Formats: sequence, structure tokens, C-alpha cells
Amino acid sequence: MANEQKPHILVTGAAGALAQQVINRLRDNYHLVAVDFREQVYLGDDIPSYCIDFNKRVFEDLFRRYHFDGVIHLGRIMSSQLTPMRRYNANVLGTQKLLDLSHKYGIHRVVILSTYHVYGAIAYNPALIDEEAPLKSAGLSMDLVDSVELENLANIYLWRYPDLNISILRPCNIVGPGVRNSMSQLLASKRAPVMAGFSPMMQFIHIDDMADAIVLAYGQPRRGVFNVAPDDWVSYQHALTLCGCTRIPLPSVPPILPRSLLRLLNLRSFPSYLMDFFKYPVVIDGHTFRETFGFRPQRPLREIFRYYRETKHTL
Amino acid sequence: MSFRSFLREKLVPEALDRQIDRVRKPTGTLGYDPWGYNNDAVKIGYTLARQLYEKYFRVEADGVDRVPSEGPVLIVANHSGQLPLDGLMIGIALASREKEPRVPRAMIERFFPTVPWLGNVLNQVGAVLGDPVNCAKMLANNEAVIVFPEGVRGSGKLYRDRYQLKRFGNGFMHLAMKYKAPIVPVGVVGCEETIPAIANIKPLANTLGVPYVPVALPVVLPAKVHLRFGEPMVFDDADIPEENVTERVEAVKSQISRLIDEGLSKRKRLF
Repeated sequence: MANEQKPHILVTGAAGALAQQVINRLRDNYHLVAVDFREQVYLGDDIPSYCIDFNKRVFEDLFRRYHFDGVIHLGRIMSSQLTPMRRYNANVLGTQKLLDLSHKYGIHRVVILSTYHVYGAIAYNPALIDEEAPLKSAGLSMDLVDSVELENLANIYLWRYPDLNISILRPCNIVGPGVRNSMSQLLASKRAPVMAGFSPMMQFIHIDDMADAIVLAYGQPRRGVFNVAPDDWVSYQHALTLCGCTRIPLPSVPPILPRSLLRLLNLRSFPSYLMDFFKYPVVIDGHTFRETFGFRPQRPLREIFRYYRETKHTL
Repeated sequence: MSFRSFLREKLVPEALDRQIDRVRKPTGTLGYDPWGYNNDAVKIGYTLARQLYEKYFRVEADGVDRVPSEGPVLIVANHSGQLPLDGLMIGIALASREKEPRVPRAMIERFFPTVPWLGNVLNQVGAVLGDPVNCAKMLANNEAVIVFPEGVRGSGKLYRDRYQLKRFGNGFMHLAMKYKAPIVPVGVVGCEETIPAIANIKPLANTLGVPYVPVALPVVLPAKVHLRFGEPMVFDDADIPEENVTERVEAVKSQISRLIDEGLSKRKRLF
């Protein structure tokens, strides 16, 4: 009987390590339904899991069947995956479909995962960027347009349908066990490229802390856009050293040189359109999220880097 | 970082190590702050720059104790000499003072972060991109911030215009008022003579994307540098029209002008 009263949550991006961490934290208190664009994952007998494209009509059947109370949208396709067109369809149009259905079926809490990449990397970025700062990324690279568009869309729904209680989280680099994004791949690799003469300040959040942050945010329906980052910073090259990576410097000036080189190399973990993130700092200010939701990250940078260093030796 | 630790071990004398440790900067677990400041880098940088400060430019700093020992403060000075040596000298004067040293943060030209190596080194020793958001966050963080309101107009001026103050921007005054930060005016004498430039090759500067390309000797001359710190000036945060803000800026400018004149009249010779 008690089981029947548990609220239902739809979690997208279920094949990712972060979603699985979130699911593990929520499975005792909620009825969860997991979906992923890429593959169907087995998450236990109690959690129905689907491989589904949000743009297909059958997606609505899930809303009809499960009467969701909330949505945790982590299924953003990262900039290193698929083609820009497919990413746009999945991230922007798919999110629009998801939000339309959320509105239609009376959902009252939506948490959306974005990225700090939306701020864009330029030499003139101040440090500790607030949530109100312009999202320059769309103007700097076509490959990041879908990330910014996803946010714009979520923002429109945030104001148009306040009952959805949308919170958009913009985390810094999410890293740690199981994370497959480009930063995690770099830290895990034996040799990592660096831009010669540039070592921008970076922020890292452990996947467990990020999962805690999402669960915490879901539990307190406060609308808005929030940066999520711990109060700790390290330069990129120092981070690589602490992870036991050998740094491979790429010529950095004039910018056309490394850009052409990276296009030629076509490295998945160091794509040319993210090049400037390895030259100029994009340091975000996470204090609003910490104060609003009472978030305290638990895993220090050294622990994060130790994981990468130790797994490297065992491989 | 191993190379940095090695340099620190080899170069930094114990007294200076302790002196910098007395300045408790709020940093993260790996010793960095959000702008890239790093304690070890500061120690190495100050060890090397102290040699310049004491032996090469033989800096005389008058009234450095007038900079408040804590809380937000704007150190406003005239800019000169093509390279940002004036900011460096003010920084060392303040970090090496006996009583309550501070490691100030210098606001630097927007051009520096685009220069490989140099941009990073400057950030690590405490310099910060001269952006109003950065300055505001630093003042909110109780930092002492060095500002050159003349910007490149000042540093790029030619030798024939030496010690003539160029137009001051109003931005620093708005920030001082908002964050109730006292302004300490500083007159820098001597940096004008370090790299005397006779002309600026503007087309080349535009092509290279740098603020100016001076026609000057390819050496930094060992001119003796005098720094004169004035009394702190405090301005309220009243909601006043821009015209009145400009008047306040002019008051600071005239103080700096007076300090420069005093420095020039006390100076016995150039080198």
C-alpha cells in the first residue's frame, strides 16, 4: 500500500553513470522509470527501463501509463557525441517534447541538467561567473549551439509554466568513476593534450556529489537556473599532473594552428570546438545553489585525482 | 607541481616564505583561488622580483603603511613605462612591508590573458583580468586591488608625455563607492624612464593585436623608482549623477598628480 503512494519520477539519460547514481539514491523513496536515447539498461526488477526517442509518439504512452509527478532530465547528448544535427534533434526538440508532455500531464517538478559550457570560453571571461551572465557559447561555436538552445527552451518553459517548477543545473566538469565525458577521458588517459603556455583554472565535481546535488534539488521545488560547483579550483595542467597524465603540449598560437591540428587529429576527448576551454578559464560561481539548497560537496579534488591516478596504474 | 616545488625550494628564502604565509589568502585545497592565484608561485615570483625591486630599480616606497591592513581597498596609481612594472613594484612594496603585509591584486590589460605563458604566470602571482566583475568580486572578497584608471593610455604614452596624467575612467570610483572601499592614491615616479619610447607603431600594433608597439631601446633602463602612497580617500555610496562621480575621480587624480610632483621634486637624479 505504501508502495502505491510513492511518487513517480521519470529519469532520462539512464545509461549514463550520473543517472544511475541518481536512481540509486531515489529508488527507495520513489517509483522510478528510466529512459535512454541510446540503449536499454537493466536497473533492477523494480525499475522499468526503456530505450526510446523522445520525438517518437510512443514516448507519450509512458506519461499515460505511469502518471509521473516529476522529471529528472539528465539525457543530454554531450557535444562529443553524434552529429550536430542529431544532437539538436535529441537535445532541443527532444527536450521540447519532454517539457510539452510534462505540462500536459500536470508534472510539478522538473530538474534539467545543462553544462557550464554554455558560458563559452573567451579570454575576457571574468572569474566566478554568475547565472545571469550571457551565454556566449552559441556565438563561438556551432557545436555548442544545442546546449544553449536547450537552456533557452527550458527558460521559456520555466516562465511560461511556473507549475512545472523547472530548475536548470549548470555543473562544472563532472568527473569520477564511470563518467564518460571528454574531461573524464582526458584525466583517465596516460597522455593528455594541453595548449602550450595555457593552463586555465578549472572546477571539478565528483559524480557522487553531483548526484547528491540533483537529488537535493529535486526535493526542493525552487525554480531557476543554478551553477553547481564546489568552492575549489585548480589549473588544468596541475590537475593532469595530479592524475598522473603526461602532458603533450600542442602549439597554441596563432589559434588557426591548433584548430587545424585538432580537426586533423579528430580526438574525441579534445575536440577542436572545445579548444578554448583549455586556453581560457570558465570559472563559475556556485554559491547560489549551495545556499538555496544547502548543498555541501563532500569529495575534495585530491580524492578525485587520486582515483584517476590509481586506476591508471592498475590498467 | 614538481617543477614549481623545486623552484620554491631552491629559490625562496625562509624569511620571505614566512612573510607571504603571514598573508592568509582564501584559497582552495590545492592552493589556488578562482582567479588563479597560487601561494607557491607568488613566493617564487616575489623572490625574483624582489631582486629587481631592491637592486635594479632601488625602489623607495613612502607611506606604504597608509594602505589599510584589512578590508577592501583600491590602490589607484598613474600608469607608465610600456611594461606593467609599476604594478609589480607597488605589489612588492605592499607584500614586503613589515607591519601587516598584503598581497594586492593588480588589474591587467585584456590583452595579457591571450599571451601564452605570460598570462598564466601573471594570474598565478595575483594579477587579474581588468574586468569590472572581477574587481567587484575581489573587493567583496576583501582584497587590495591595484587599478590604473588610465589603462593603456597611460602605459603606452611616449617619453615626451611623461608624468602627464591621461584621462581616468570612472569605473573604479563606482566600485569603490559600492563596496565602501577606501582609495589609496599612489604616485609612481621613475617607471617612465625605464623604457622611454619615442613613437608608437600603430599599424603594427593593430596587425599583431596588441595595444601598442613602442619604438624604444630593447632594454629596461635601471631608473630609480619612487612610490609615494597618499592618505586613504573615503567616498560614500550616495546615488549621485555621473558628473559628480567624475568630480570625485578628478579629486583622486589631483591627489596622484600632487604625489607625482612631490616624488619628482624629491628625486635627485634619474638613475
